[in-house]
Amino acid sequence: MNVIEARALSIGYGRKVVMNSLAFNVKAGEVLCLLGPNGGGKTTLFKTLLGLLPPLSGEVHVLGEAIAGWSRLAFAQRVAYMPQAHAGIFPFTVNEIVLMGRTARIGRFAIPSRHDRKIAADCLEMLGIAHLGECIYTAISGGERQLALIARALAQQPTVLVMDEPTASLDFGNQIRILGHIGRLRDQGITILMSTHQPEHALRVADRIALLAPGSIAGIGTPRDIATPDKLAALYSVTEDEITAYLPTRALLN
Amino acid sequence: MSTKNAALPPVPAYLFALLGIVAIFMAAFAFGKYPISIVDLLRSIFARLTGADAELPEAIEIVIWNIRLPRIVAGMLIGAALAAAGAAYQNMFRNPLVSPDILGVSAGAGFGATIGIFFGLPLTVIQVLAFVCGLAAVGVVYGVSGLVRRHDPVLVLVLAGIAVGTLLNAGVSLLKILSDPHSQQLSNIVFWLLGSLNGVNSRDLASAVPLVLIGLVPMILLRWRVNLLSLPDEEAAALGIEVARLRMVLIIAATLVTATVVSIAGIVGWVGLVVPHAARFLVGPNFSRLLPASLLLGAGFVVGTDILARTLVVIELPLGIVTAMVGAPFFLYLLAHTGKTE
Repeated sequence: MNVIEARALSIGYGRKVVMNSLAFNVKAGEVLCLLGPNGGGKTTLFKTLLGLLPPLSGEVHVLGEAIAGWSRLAFAQRVAYMPQAHAGIFPFTVNEIVLMGRTARIGRFAIPSRHDRKIAADCLEMLGIAHLGECIYTAISGGERQLALIARALAQQPTVLVMDEPTASLDFGNQIRILGHIGRLRDQGITILMSTHQPEHALRVADRIALLAPGSIAGIGTPRDIATPDKLAALYSVTEDEITAYLPTRALLN
Repeated sequence: MSTKNAALPPVPAYLFALLGIVAIFMAAFAFGKYPISIVDLLRSIFARLTGADAELPEAIEIVIWNIRLPRIVAGMLIGAALAAAGAAYQNMFRNPLVSPDILGVSAGAGFGATIGIFFGLPLTVIQVLAFVCGLAAVGVVYGVSGLVRRHDPVLVLVLAGIAVGTLLNAGVSLLKILSDPHSQQLSNIVFWLLGSLNGVNSRDLASAVPLVLIGLVPMILLRWRVNLLSLPDEEAAALGIEVARLRMVLIIAATLVTATVVSIAGIVGWVGLVVPHAARFLVGPNFSRLLPASLLLGAGFVVGTDILARTLVVIELPLGIVTAMVGAPFFLYLLAHTGKTE
């Protein structure tokens, strides 16, 4: 079953077309990883798939339904979005940040209940940061913030999780930790659509990889078929030798 | 720099603030041109509660119930309203430096109300003018900050607010020049603009209280969702919030509250900026705790500064001057102090 499906989708802002006639899908339970150079349209694509930006033409279907006309509430109950971590402005606690993920699950005029607090605590526990609950979100490290944002997304109890460069600007240990969590979330049945700038991360966690060249999808398929030196070289405008020099993990796949 | 919450835990903080505020209210009854002893005050309150006779001179009873009480109620209303509006604006504009003053809402409401006073219009019309002009001011400020995307949005919002506020104040000055200095008109405008509880009577209160309450209702009902407006818009939307609609509802609510207060007491500055900061320092940024804390502290702050306005010097100082004298240094202190813990 397709969790997300793009049909003849053109995306962009007003008259500026970023990508044309996209057709691809995200299958239930898989990790689909988007790879591509800066300015390739990843952000625009994510915004469109999340219903934050209307498509120029074509349709997005989520869980078999066209998303045009969905309320934000309906969206948030199905799709969670993990943005790149920002410092935040007001000194909320990590618990409060994670509880914000419960907003789509509680009444319009309600505040999170004990049940919601339990779920938030469980999400922090699952990511191994239960001890950060009462810490101030603006004061913890970048890696801890990323984990807190994953916890917030999980508190939404989504079917699909969309992650915008979840390993960006993290140290090596935190990158490994986040990739480990992504693998475990997949094992729990959550469908994941993520972007990354590091092909080795895609190779590590992705079931399928999509190559986002500026303007179109250059290829989509299993890592073995897609993350080949020639395709990556074309995608990033470098030579095959440079790719193989920097990506020894390729050897593991062949 | 500690990552743990350095502020007091919420419940003792509330109790602490509550006790302080009760003390301020008692003091507000006691101090003034006609001092009233605490014993007489307690006797009179006790007598009112039990229906017994306090056996006090009539003058004391009149000062307590007819002069001090309406004034204290007005101070509570104004302080609570401006602080709540400030807390809401800060959250929804993701900017701890905005307030009804800085966003131009106070100046807009002031301009609207000055037009009303200039033409000698009834209070209801003055209130409508204050609301409409306040809403227009914040609308222009917010609209400009949305158009200018090349600069820091926090800065743009503040600067646009200052620009619009200055323009509106120029309009007010023009009306002052045009008004008749030989009638009461000019002095009415001047005193009213400085902010004062002196001119607030119980008829004003009767019309202002319901309007402030109406403005507070959406803030109270949406107290959890307001928190999400402090996230980037797209993030809040992805969490299930209709961002534009929610922000619009809150802007209207906070502007109604501000304009109502301005239309009865003039421009009482600093409350909407300083009090939410202090409240956030005590109970954290979660709006479901920040709102009640701001209401309480705001009420206490204005009633407290009004005591100073009445007793500091021989003549009564305009409240707006005293809130500025207390608020500005306190804000600078907060700025220096909270930078480390937040």
